[in-house]
Amino acid sequence: MKLARRSALLGAGLTILSREGRAEKKYGPGVTDTEIKVGQTQPYSGNASAYGVAGRNQAAYFRMINETQGGVNGRKINLISLDDGYSPPKTVELVRQLVERDQVFCLFYTLGTQTNTAIHKYVNQKKIPHLIVASGASKWGNPKQFPWTMGWQPDYHTEGLIYAKHLLATNKSPKIGILRQNDDMGNDYVEGFHEGLTETLKKFIVSDVTYEATDPTVDSQILQMRNAGADVIFNVTTPKFAAQAIKKIAEIGWKPTHYLVSVAASVGAVMRPAGVENGQGILTAQYLKDVTDPRWDDFPDVKEWRAFMAKWNPTANVLEGSNASSYAAAYAFVRILKSCGDELTRENLMRQAANIKNMEVPLMLPGIKVNTSPDNFYPLQSMQLARFEGDHWVLFGDMLSRHKG
Amino acid sequence: MEFFIQQLVAGLTSGAIYACVALGLVMIFVSTDHINFAQGEMAMFATYLAWAMIDVGFSYWMAFVCAVLLAFVGGLFIQRVILKPLETAPVLSLVVCFIALLSFFNALAGMLWSFTIKPFPTPFPPKDIFGNGLVSAQQLGIVAVTVIMLGILTVFFRYTTLGLAMRAAAQNASSARLMGVRVSWMLALGWGLAAAIGAVAGMLVAPIVFLDPNMMTGILVYGFAGALVGGIGNPMGAVAGGFIVGVLENLVGSYLIGNELKLSFALAMVVGVLLLKPAGIFGQVIVRRV
Amino acid sequence: MAAIDNSWATKGGLGWIATTFWVLLAVGPLAGFFTQDPSFEYYMFMGQSMLINTIAILGLNLLIGFNGQISLGHSAFFAIGAYTTAILMNFAGWPYYATIPVAAIICFGAGFLFGFPALKLEGHYLALATFTLAIAVPQLLKYKAIAGWTGGVGGLILDKPDAPEFTRLGTDQYLYYLCLILAMLSFWIVRNMLRGRSGRAMMAIRDHAMAAGTMGIDTAKYKTLTFGVSAGITGVGGALSAITVAYVAPDSFTLQLAVSFLVGLVVGGIASLPGCLVGGAFIVLIQNSSQSISDWMKVTFSLRYDVPAWAIYGILLILLMYFMPRGIMGGIETLWLKLTHRKETQA
Repeated sequence: MKLARRSALLGAGLTILSREGRAEKKYGPGVTDTEIKVGQTQPYSGNASAYGVAGRNQAAYFRMINETQGGVNGRKINLISLDDGYSPPKTVELVRQLVERDQVFCLFYTLGTQTNTAIHKYVNQKKIPHLIVASGASKWGNPKQFPWTMGWQPDYHTEGLIYAKHLLATNKSPKIGILRQNDDMGNDYVEGFHEGLTETLKKFIVSDVTYEATDPTVDSQILQMRNAGADVIFNVTTPKFAAQAIKKIAEIGWKPTHYLVSVAASVGAVMRPAGVENGQGILTAQYLKDVTDPRWDDFPDVKEWRAFMAKWNPTANVLEGSNASSYAAAYAFVRILKSCGDELTRENLMRQAANIKNMEVPLMLPGIKVNTSPDNFYPLQSMQLARFEGDHWVLFGDMLSRHKG
Repeated sequence: MEFFIQQLVAGLTSGAIYACVALGLVMIFVSTDHINFAQGEMAMFATYLAWAMIDVGFSYWMAFVCAVLLAFVGGLFIQRVILKPLETAPVLSLVVCFIALLSFFNALAGMLWSFTIKPFPTPFPPKDIFGNGLVSAQQLGIVAVTVIMLGILTVFFRYTTLGLAMRAAAQNASSARLMGVRVSWMLALGWGLAAAIGAVAGMLVAPIVFLDPNMMTGILVYGFAGALVGGIGNPMGAVAGGFIVGVLENLVGSYLIGNELKLSFALAMVVGVLLLKPAGIFGQVIVRRV
Repeated sequence: MAAIDNSWATKGGLGWIATTFWVLLAVGPLAGFFTQDPSFEYYMFMGQSMLINTIAILGLNLLIGFNGQISLGHSAFFAIGAYTTAILMNFAGWPYYATIPVAAIICFGAGFLFGFPALKLEGHYLALATFTLAIAVPQLLKYKAIAGWTGGVGGLILDKPDAPEFTRLGTDQYLYYLCLILAMLSFWIVRNMLRGRSGRAMMAIRDHAMAAGTMGIDTAKYKTLTFGVSAGITGVGGALSAITVAYVAPDSFTLQLAVSFLVGLVVGGIASLPGCLVGGAFIVLIQNSSQSISDWMKVTFSLRYDVPAWAIYGILLILLMYFMPRGIMGGIETLWLKLTHRKETQA
């Protein structure tokens, strides 16, 4: 504690000294000439611990940036990543620790919907940049009310809508069964899906069943959907239950049209454990390249990612989808920090984050670019549909988004 | 009707899973008079050991036997090293130890094997027994193994000297000691056996629910429910209770109250049974002398 | 459970230490008027969490330590308290302070009612029945029929109250004092209960229910009442947690919470009132300390893996139970008796 404060003082002293040389240097809290402190909460323990992969991978990414490029504009990124066990009160405590005690410059990739909701108001009152929130809820893109919070991935709502549009375009009278986790992710997806179906066509839904994250299996729910006569299923699950569902559906010899949400469409974490032969023909939407798909093998960004994983995060499972998405997010974050130049104030960081023009991010599908503006806080909006064939996802159709789709 | 039968079969399969876990709980309860909250995580850890052995090239059965043996030794070790010094401590201190073990195994498995789910092989062929998609070999197999384990345990506790000595040690340690039973070792043996049963349960469950460090958390709760409904002092009752909970939960969930309240229903059932017949449907009421 | 020594709870011995402790807790935060340390508010928030946990553990201790009824489900009453406050603030527009007594009364009622089925259950069975309660709570909070009130899976977002103008305190400093005053009030109520007739009855039931019954103690009445008071106190903790965190959601009230109360209770010391404070602090500090130990190990031994903080937590707990099976206060007491050579009292 004492030490940290002393180094902060030292940093402040250096700032004053160096100001004589280059007048334009301006630092907010958590930034010195040598360091940028970034805070993060992740579920390293508890029920959602499978997502903790992301935080570890990003720690490795920043280590790589620090050691090979000397950090961002000469300042090393110091990522303080803490375990909140997916419990909202714990997140509040830890974020307050990060902001008030550790004096981080900003928050990056804090994971979870309820957990981020718990700190949403606080960070906006304190004016802490709350960037690249790792949750697909649509509430992170509301700059009028919450100018310090910005999401990242295409939101669940939009994705649900994309599936509904595709379904209506290919099937005139579907009988839809919905399997969803009883939580905010499930609700968001299904709301978007409803919006896509429109009020009048909601009658196509013949069965809407839920499960709890603590349930041992979803066998019973799948039988319920089949019994209701569904010939299309919309599978809104987390990886473990998605794998169970895919396996069970194949086991009972049922062959519905199967829409699987992108959250659970990882080849390594879902499709392979479930058995690739059981997953043939499943549909999903993607915004990232599927790194297990050989067709991307020669793309430089995929090669670079592979090399990164092998060198900096060798114990991780490269088939795990979060290792790709968290890498892309960390890359974008570093780009935003770079664009701040030597004016590392919280205000400027938000300004840079809100003025991204056609940023190309590795591992994104060709044609997907990051764009933001002061009244558009949704950095990524486009997705493309894909079908599971052989042992990988095959893209088809146009790039879809809420506006175009 | 077909739907009903399907749900019944699905219920029996989950019931068998709960029954397996319940058996381990009963084992510890009968032989040490404790309720082991870490039972699920111990089973999970043993299953990971089996997975790791298969991964380096062991055959399934080789890995199965090794994992069960390792679990047995591990159970003995936990009792001798961690719990024995606490024999005289208050019950709740032991409960805290179980919670500590739970959190330790969960975190350790996460560190060693990551939280990503893994497929686990099954010894049963991927076959449909009646050819109509109703019952798979896996489902039949898990029910069969549960029943066999139950049979072995019943015989062991009823008719073998060792089994009787273990029961005596748990129920009345001082009398047992006077009869020449080495009480402390009996408790350790109970832990070893419970861990071994847990390992079997884990390896049966993993092909269905997929292997991950949180695999047993949900199942353990239902296992408790099964054990309590049937009677936690009696292996037969616990297995029956596991099946009852599995079947009723599925049927009530699909026909009456919807899936959101399935778990709450199972828990309400537990409280109901405890109130009407605290020793469980099949349990014997123990009359206590004062 | 029989041999529990309550000297710390009811006798005056070492009372001056407790008094000093409370005075320190009350005076410490005044440092906020002098310090420029930006993390001061954060420490105040930590203080609030500790006091809230202390209150919840105090409720649990009354039930387990002094009445012998084991509950693993006190997170349920904590949740009821939190949601009562949240709903009243959110839908009825009540000021935060007015919701606390209501939360206490509602939790008292819930606990009292739960006390009746609990009468028929003993030891392990009661522990497991309450365990099921803790597991059911998050699921019930999400249930469709009441989602309009509880906010369903999304929970309810509240406004954090500001300190009244005249106090000149910062928000967190003020909330800290709110928690402290309610904690002292709860301790005062519990202490008076224990010292009086009802306390003796409660402890007699704990030590030997049947004998207590034959002596004319209405065991059913005392057991249900204890359950009610215990739940009510824990509910106050829940209400304060809703106010200080300014958000309630089903994920906040999982089984882990119930378990952490129990761990706090046992680590602090069963049937010890100061133990509740120790336990409350333990819950808040242990996680951060495990994390620090984990970081330290990784750096010191240059490990390839992160040593998981929860594994360290498990080891620390086992070691603690190994050296102090009766909790920290129990351990201190043993030590004190040894130092003062009062061996005869240990018989």
